[in-house]
Order: sequence, then structure tokens, then C-alpha cells
Amino acid sequence: MAKETTPEELVNVDYEAPKKDWTETPVEFREGMYCYGSRPVYLQEVGFPNPREWSPADEDWKLPENWKEIVLTAMEERLSKYRSFRVFMDICVRCGACADKCHFYIGSGDPKNMPVLRAELIRSIYRKYFTIGGKLLGKRAGARELTEDVIKEWWYYFYQCTECRRCSVFCPYGIDQAEITMIGREILNLLGLQTDWIGGPVANCYKKGNHLGLEPHAITSNIEYLLDDIEEITGITIEPSFNRKGAEILFVTPSGDLFGDPGTYTAMGYLMLLHELGLDYTWSTYASEGGNFGFFTSMEMAKRLNYKIYAEAKRLGVKWILGGECGHMWRVLNQYMDTWNGPADFMEEPVSPITGTKFENAKSTKMVHICEFTADLIKHNKLKFDPSRNDHLNVTFHDSCNTARGMGIFDEPRFIIKNVCNNFFEMSSDATREKTFCCGSGSGLNAGENIELRMRGGMPRGHAVKRVQEKYGVNMLANICAIDRAVLPPLMDYWAPGVDVCGTHELLANALVMKGEIKRTQDLRLEDLPGVEDDDDDDDNNEEGGE
Amino acid sequence: MGIFFSFSVVVALTVIAFAGVWIPGMQYFFGVVIPYLAVLVFLVGVVLKVAKWGRSPVPFRIPTTCGQQQSLPWIKHSKYDNPQTTGQVIIRMVLEVFLFRSLFRNLRTEMNDGRVTYGSDKILWLAGLLFHISFFIVLIRHLRFFIEPVPSFINMIDALDGFVQVGVPHLLLTGVLLVAAGGYLLFRRINNSQVRHISLPADYFPLLLIIGIALSGIIMRYFVKVDIVSVKAFTLGLVSLRPRTPAGIGAIFYIHLFLISALLVYFPFSKLMHMGGVFLSPTRNLANNNREVRHVNPWNYDVKVHSYAAYEDEFREKMKEAGIPVEKE
Repeated sequence: MAKETTPEELVNVDYEAPKKDWTETPVEFREGMYCYGSRPVYLQEVGFPNPREWSPADEDWKLPENWKEIVLTAMEERLSKYRSFRVFMDICVRCGACADKCHFYIGSGDPKNMPVLRAELIRSIYRKYFTIGGKLLGKRAGARELTEDVIKEWWYYFYQCTECRRCSVFCPYGIDQAEITMIGREILNLLGLQTDWIGGPVANCYKKGNHLGLEPHAITSNIEYLLDDIEEITGITIEPSFNRKGAEILFVTPSGDLFGDPGTYTAMGYLMLLHELGLDYTWSTYASEGGNFGFFTSMEMAKRLNYKIYAEAKRLGVKWILGGECGHMWRVLNQYMDTWNGPADFMEEPVSPITGTKFENAKSTKMVHICEFTADLIKHNKLKFDPSRNDHLNVTFHDSCNTARGMGIFDEPRFIIKNVCNNFFEMSSDATREKTFCCGSGSGLNAGENIELRMRGGMPRGHAVKRVQEKYGVNMLANICAIDRAVLPPLMDYWAPGVDVCGTHELLANALVMKGEIKRTQDLRLEDLPGVEDDDDDDDNNEEGGE
Repeated sequence: MGIFFSFSVVVALTVIAFAGVWIPGMQYFFGVVIPYLAVLVFLVGVVLKVAKWGRSPVPFRIPTTCGQQQSLPWIKHSKYDNPQTTGQVIIRMVLEVFLFRSLFRNLRTEMNDGRVTYGSDKILWLAGLLFHISFFIVLIRHLRFFIEPVPSFINMIDALDGFVQVGVPHLLLTGVLLVAAGGYLLFRRINNSQVRHISLPADYFPLLLIIGIALSGIIMRYFVKVDIVSVKAFTLGLVSLRPRTPAGIGAIFYIHLFLISALLVYFPFSKLMHMGGVFLSPTRNLANNNREVRHVNPWNYDVKVHSYAAYEDEFREKMKEAGIPVEKE
């Protein structure tokens, strides 16, 4: 990871806005702040228009001949299809309440990262081409010409927004920059202006069922690695099933959990919990992705990827679906899936086979969040824990933007953590729950080449963690999001070194007392549990889980 | 800068009204023709605008959730920040529209000693709320000019508004508050570099116009007094659609009336439409009950998908080798 800029240098952010009119400040592409342009092959694989070799750093973006017409037609279409877009174009009063709420603005001081101004980038075009005032009065009415520079500016700043919706919480009209960014990106996609980091996972997911492009046998073998580790730690052999017809429950989680740590430890947690319950469930290699990078390209693509979950549930004949810990996956499942690909009338209203609890809030989608499922188990005393196994951890919890502001799942994961850990500390209320800060890498921005952007965007989160680290000795940042598990470790290394990152079900499985388990001397990371005597002195080979 | 342009326009409007009424015959124009036209433009404009918004469907139910969802019965549900039912949505909207609940959350983010810090910042909320409430009460008070006999609730509001009992006629607080709060919002727009940077002429103009309206009203009530009986006779004539050219009313009245007309005409084409838009914002006026009640998108269409059959065709051998069941051997 590039660390040319130290945290001490990076905090030198000036919030004093420049005197110069923002429309007269052309966009400047700063290295480290943007992602690579998508390879054409990724676009071709899913049928996105205008694939070509291009780089954001190029002077000439090789836009299609009729690019202007494409953009304006697309805007017109979306104005008539989305009341959100139309209303948000018209009613902003530029009160500025959102201005200093964006993590990218806080971390960069770039005025165009104020949500209001990021919206004005497109609103100014809307006025010029779709309002009488803008047509007549031009600049006086806040309107401007659509030029190639505007397209570049859109691209630069719509990929400096993680669609986290924090601005929308503070806006007196609920204007949601995420909605505007999503539509902006969708329009840019029509010009073939995708990022490589999003284009790749989308193509993978479409053909292979998951972002990482894991083929069916790779999924099973990755899980087998995890099972080996579980056996070493607990002495328990687990045999999950794949694509099994007639299972009661289909389990869907982001593929990131099967691939890189610390996500893999969370996956181990799922495997251990579901085994301990004896749950009649199956994994799917076809619907092997809960996340949805299509959501960062266009509504249509998101729907095409999301289709697999219900299709697979139907094919396998399951009664309901259980979903793992993931952020944008749950925004999609909670707010879009049923509308896109429902009704899911071929399934039954979800009922926990262990406690008999009906998940009334999921009776239409038939999809339950694993934290809801697990919290219910704990409340009914169905699980036995030894929380002291997590005593070496001082845990804090990071609310993911999507589950916070696109769903509202706050207390379920906290309830779980408090039951499996003895040392839990909250961060400041200005940086948790509905006011939570993004990791800085969501919505497909978790690439490598934009690392400065990520560190800047993650600054508010980093500082909030740093504070509880200093105050309470926090050394573990728990969350319920696969992207968080991938991107928070480098963010913590940068802003709060010494703080590790884990999923909630990793903590749970560490503490879970399983039937027939051997004495635990290691945690899920195969690290020795402090204060526990290792009876048989075998040397542990610290193998990385999953390759 | 936008503020100079906007200020010039407001001054120009004032001058036009002031100069215009000296021209013989123009009193009818400024007193009757313009106000009728303005009301017409306002009504038609607002209706067309709202209809335009209404024609765009709400394809997805996308509330911004600002509190705990309703899930398990023993987890405390944050009913009004994350509503699950229409009733709860209505309360959320009432809190939003009447108390500016979202703005109440406002924080000031700063960098102190290399750390991002957050401080409470309720001034914008307070000024915004006072501005709107004062404006609303001033409007209600003005109904006395359009209804005869004056309903008792208007007299009550007047009495409450003038409870400080200062001066003759009694000082009405909301008028002063309207100017003060508007003045603060204007000051903030100029003084705060971030807000100044995002401000357009369209932000200064309505603010200056409303302050101008309030000031001309205050001048008329306390300083350059006009014949209130003639004014009422005139306004009653307007609402009863039997307009009479007002006689003997001072120029200040025409300025007041002309600025109001300008505001009415400007309203439907401007950000002032936030008054109606706040009710139509899909992030606020919908329940977070997607998983319980299916939301239907009127333009939902079939998309090209990668079917399981195609997937199995591609990976069948690998699946069999890995012991994964397949449909076709």
C-alpha cells in the first residue's frame, strides 16, 4: 500500500471554500483519487454500451459521436421515471446543512465533495436543458452548458461518493446524494465510462455467480479450507451442502467472505453457528454472491445480478433465505430485490426452525438478516457462549452506511456482540448509528489505485476509532459488512494502527460453545487464546485460510 | 456575485412600483392587473409543477432510515425515524414539516488539532424555523384584510403576536422576527465560505425579496402610515372579484403589493417549491417496510439474465468433480 502521505500531512484539510466560482474551476484529475477506467472486455461481457480502451488521465475520452444526445436523453428518461430525481433536482435550497457531513469533503476539503455541490454538477445541466429559467437566464439561473469537461467532472466526483446517504439524514428534504450519484453513474455508463474495479466484479458475477469469479469447485474448496481450520480449532467436522434441493433455507453471503481474511473468519463463524444449530440449509454456487456491484453501475444491471437469488431459491425449493453480513447487499435486499424480482410467493414466510419466531418484517421478501436470526436465538437461550474467549478484545462496532441508512439494523448486531464479548465500547454518537461514517471505500471504490481517496474518505471513521482506542484501549473493530472487512484493515493501519477488524459472527463463533468440541486454545484466526493452556503441545502452522 | 445581481433586481422592482403609481392610470395596473396575474401564475404554476412531479412514479421504496428498524418484538423500534407503517410516516412528516427535525440534527464539523470534531449547531435550525413560522403567522394575520368580519382567531393571533404591547400600533413580533431570521440567513450565506460558495442568485433573490416585503410592511404599519380603511376596502374588492381602483393609498402600499406579486410569480419556477416538494420526497414519505409489503415499480421490465441452465452448462464437469449436484448428468 502506498503511504507517501502521512496521516499527519493528510489531516491538513482546509475547509475555507475558494472565492472563485466553482463553475470556473475545471476538474483536475489527481492521482490516487480516482480508479482506472474499465477494460472493454468487462463491458462487452454484460452488454454495456460503448466499450473501448480509455483512461481517465487521457485528454481524449473517445466519447461516442452522439454523447451529448445520449446524456440528455438519459436524463430526460430518468426525470420521468424517478420522482426522487425530479424532485431532488428542483427543491434544494442550498442551505448547506449537508456540506460538512460527507466523509469525502471532511477528508479532502474539495468543495465539489460537498453533497450539495456534487448534486449541482448535474443540477446545473438540468436547469440548462430542462427548465425555462435556465434556458432563458443561463448562468444567472445556475445553468451551464453540457461539455466534455462536465462529463469528466461528473465522473471524477460521482466516483468520489460512496452512496452512503449520510447527507440525506441531515437534509431538511431528505435529498439523497446517493440517488443522484446512482443516476449520474448510470448515465456515465451509457458512455462506456465504467471503472475497472466495478466492471470486473460485475462481469464475474454475471457469468460465474460472484464478484470474485470463483467457479463452483473453487467455492467448495475455499470452504473446505475453512472447514479444516474449524476442525483444527474445535475438533468438529462440518459438512455443509451445496446447491442441495429440498433444503429448508438458502444461505447467501458476499463472496468476499470466502476469499480474504478477515472475511473468511466471519464465514467460519457462519459455518460453525449453522452447524451447531443443525440447520437444514444449503449454500449455492450459482447464487454465490449477496453483494451487488451492478448496483454501482445501473439499476438494470443490479436487477440482472440480483435475479439469481430468487431464481436459485425457486430451483432448490427452499422455504426462505438467510443472508450474511454485508452492507450494500442489504440495502439492495431490503429496498430493491422484491420490487425487481419478486414476488417471492414460491417461498414461505420465514420462521426460525429453532425458536419458532416468525420474522414478520420479512414476510414478503422471505429473506432474513443473519443478525436478526442470531439475535433471536440468543434471546431464546438457544446458544451457549464462553465470552471470556474474547476477553483479550476490546471491541467497538462500526455501523455500515447501507445497513444503517438503508435498513436500520443497529441493535441486533450490538445485542449479539454484547452477549459474546465482555468488553464492548461505543464510538461517539456523532459517528455511529444513523450518523455513521462510511469506510471511505464503499460503492465500488475499494480499488488500490485510489488509495489516497480511500484514506481521506475514511478519515472521520479513523479518527472516531482512534479516540476509543486511546480512551478504552479498543483493539477490535467489529462490523456487519464484507467491504468493511476488506477495507477497514488498511484504514486502521493508517489512522488507528493496532486496531484489527472482524465480522460480528467471528466474535460469536469464538465464544460459541459447541457440542462435542475440544478445549479451545486458538481463536478462529488460529492465534493462541491468551491465558488458555495448550494441553497437547503440537506446533500450529499458521496457514492462511482460503486461497 | 449573485447577491449584487439579486439585490439590484429587488431594488429595481421597488423603483418600478414606486415610480409606476405616479403615472395616471397605472394604479389600476399595479393594484389590480398585476396582483390578479401574479395569483394566476402562482396557482397554475404550482399546480403544474406538482403535477409534473406527480407524473414521475416512485419506482422504489427508498426511505432514509435514521433509527432502529422494526424487526424482533423485543428490540425497540424507532418508529418515527424508521417508520414501518403509514401512520408512523405521517408523524415523521409532521415532525419534518413543522419542526424541521432533520435540520435539528445539524452538526458543525471541524478540524481541531488534527482531529475531526463535531459540535452542535442549532442556529441554522432555529433561524430557519423562526423564518418559516413567522412568515406563516404573518400570512395568517393578513387574512384580516380579506375577510369581513374578521374571524376571532385572527384577532387572537394578533393579540398574541403583539403581547409585548410596545408602541402604537402594537409591535407585532413575527414581522420583526421574519426580518431578523431572514437577515441571519442572508448573513450566513455571505459569511460562511462554504455556503457562499454554493449560493446562486436564486438563493439570494427570494431571501432579499421576502425581507423587502417584510420591511415595506413594517414601514407601512409603523412609519409611513397608510389609510387602513381604504386598503381593506381595496383588498376586499380584490377577493370578491369586484376590484376597485384604490384611491388615496400611499406608494409604499404599492411597493409592498408589487413585491408580493413578484414573489408569487417567481415561486413556481424556483427553489421555493421546496414547500410542496418536501411532501413528495421519497426518502422521507415512505415506510421502511419493503421486506414486509412488496413495492411495485410501474415500469418494471424484464431484463436479460444468466440462467442457472447456462451456468450449469458452462461448469457441469467442474461441478460434478467437486461433488456438487447437477440437473443434467
